Amino acid sequence: MIKINNLHASIDGKEILKGINLEVKAGEVHAIMGPNGSGKSTLSSVLAGREEFEVTEGSVEFDGKDLLDLSPEDRAREGLFLAFQYPVEIPGVSNINFLKTAINEKRAYLNQEPVSAKEFLGMVKEKSALVELDSKLANRSVNEGFSGGEKKRNEIFQMAMLSPKLSILDETDSGLDIDALRIVANGVNKLKSPNNATIVITHYQRLLDYIVPDFVHVLYNGKIVKSGGKELAIELEEKGYDWIKSENVEL
Amino acid sequence: MAYTEDDLKEELKDKEYKYGFTSNIESDKLPPGLNEEVVHLISAKKNEPEWMLEYRLNAFRAWQKMVEPEWAHVRYPKIDFQALSYYSAPKKKGDVKWEDIDPEMKATMDKLGISMDEQKALSGVAVDFVFDSVSVKTSFQEKLKELGIIFCSFSEAVQNHPELVKKYIGTVVPTSDNFYAALNSAVFSDGSFCYIPKGVRCPMELSTYFRINEANTGQFERTLVVADEGSYVSYLEGCTAPSRDENQLHAAIVELIALDNAEIKYSTVQNWFPGDKEGKGGVYNFVTKRGICHKNAKISWTQVETGSAVTWKYPSCILKGDNSIGEFYSVAVTNHYQQADTGTKMIHLGKNTKSTIISKGISAGHSNNSYRGLVQIHKNASNARNFTQCDSLLMGDQCGAHTFPYIEAKNSTAKIEHEATTSKIGEDQIFYCNQRGIDTEKAINLIVNGYAKEVLNKLPMEFAVEAQKLLEISLEGSVG
Repeated sequence: MIKINNLHASIDGKEILKGINLEVKAGEVHAIMGPNGSGKSTLSSVLAGREEFEVTEGSVEFDGKDLLDLSPEDRAREGLFLAFQYPVEIPGVSNINFLKTAINEKRAYLNQEPVSAKEFLGMVKEKSALVELDSKLANRSVNEGFSGGEKKRNEIFQMAMLSPKLSILDETDSGLDIDALRIVANGVNKLKSPNNATIVITHYQRLLDYIVPDFVHVLYNGKIVKSGGKELAIELEEKGYDWIKSENVEL
Repeated sequence: MAYTEDDLKEELKDKEYKYGFTSNIESDKLPPGLNEEVVHLISAKKNEPEWMLEYRLNAFRAWQKMVEPEWAHVRYPKIDFQALSYYSAPKKKGDVKWEDIDPEMKATMDKLGISMDEQKALSGVAVDFVFDSVSVKTSFQEKLKELGIIFCSFSEAVQNHPELVKKYIGTVVPTSDNFYAALNSAVFSDGSFCYIPKGVRCPMELSTYFRINEANTGQFERTLVVADEGSYVSYLEGCTAPSRDENQLHAAIVELIALDNAEIKYSTVQNWFPGDKEGKGGVYNFVTKRGICHKNAKISWTQVETGSAVTWKYPSCILKGDNSIGEFYSVAVTNHYQQADTGTKMIHLGKNTKSTIISKGISAGHSNNSYRGLVQIHKNASNARNFTQCDSLLMGDQCGAHTFPYIEAKNSTAKIEHEATTSKIGEDQIFYCNQRGIDTEKAINLIVNGYAKEVLNKLPMEFAVEAQKLLEISLEGSVG
């Protein structure tokens, strides 16, 4: 699905990612953990195509294509989805209209017919139930006046509507109470299939109680310093990030 | 929705000013210059009665004593009023017979998307088409006549309904009101007149399409709308001008009179030629629009302003009658080197009068966009209420947004609210859209249309679609 090779990226001349190697196959869930400032959000931003970051070395292959060669919108249309840590408000643009535009842009890119009104409404009904999103929210402006939990649920709702190949959840658990966390995690789990993959970026282990990863990677100082199964997350929770830091003082 | 994305793509193919063509129609044009003789000549050409000439001459004399106002936040080279021609009419005089109308002019109307074909115009829009200075043909006149509604060119009204014109002209915008109003009152060439009789609800949107064609002619049209007691009318005004290198002056007057219990909804979509990317050319638009509300009457102004090099325009309401209501909804877009100084005045004279102002400015490129508003509550206007919301959206870092709100309350029961925001289209918003598969150009359209939605929603359906497309075209390429 995605193959990241020796990825280096910097912002304003400062190197943040210092050689990331990661391969995620279809059907897999990977968790990327790490202390603040380790480069977790930079990695998701670079993959999604944020312009401020400059890729200085390395390559990323996404479903057979050179990801770094694609514009951010084309990456999305190819099936890369980023659930934002801080979803953006767009006043006056209804969630529905926004999503319909997004879906039709993707369909046009794939030479498909635009979605019909009936089909679209059916999807909205089905997918909003998945994250227990009030249908009223679907008609409100994108994220405007949403609570923190509603914003995150809305991200997963959008993910469900766009059915991406690869979803990157960037600190989706931050700012969520336990009920919202469960709802969001349930949504993600229901969307899981042998044909798609998920990268969960998180600071804490608790989200991984709900979304059980196949692999856990620890990112520190711009590099993946440790990889393992789901038990790595638990170990990390017990020992804290200082454990990683002390093991990697030379970095 | 009536139009699809494909239509839109087609529209956007030529992103330059779409209406920049000139028609080769022979015209009957006065030599440049302005003096009493010219005023006499215009009046004579139109075969006007003595009182009309007197009105013009009074205005001209008042104008001569006035100076061009300089308080607006706009800059432009001084206009040489003696270098302009004050009358231009197509030579083949537009008679009522559609077949006789110059084919070139018909083609012009086609390009503008105006269908005079009554079959096609089942959408329920009656159009009074002002080509430069003379009104060409008015559709639906017969149908409106049955209801007693008068909708015709201003010249026709002067000939056929002199008592109405005489009674109302200049009652809302007096000849000496301001420099441009005085100039218009002296030399106005044509325009539209509309009268809705007592208790009649006009069944269709009435519409005027203005267009400046002749180079170096000022267009000075006048619109007078009288809604008699208990009547209702919705009036649309659309404006375009062909591209020209020299600036063209446009100084119009619109007067609205809503008698007791009447309601007038006046919508404008203005896309006069804004000048090119370097700020060369474009229309100077100095317009005086004002309405008066009698008891329980309501006037609602809605405007989408995307054109003109310089805009100076404040559609206002005088809330004279008790319980009357004034509304102003505006979207003003400036791009490149455009300058707009626009807003409204709400003058509360009667008791329990209410006014609402929603102004949305969008500035891009090197443009300057100013909101200037006055809310005035007079001594006797007890329980007057005003709500003002004034938002500015900036695109890029070379443009300016300014607000000049004035509030004068002389009655302690007045309730006045003012809200203002300034925001920038964030890279975060655009990236968020990109990440959902929406490219930057479309993302901007989405964001801008969302921002302006409150106002666009006030426009009649068909106009709203046109306005949306205009917003898109005006902001083409404004974010790199």
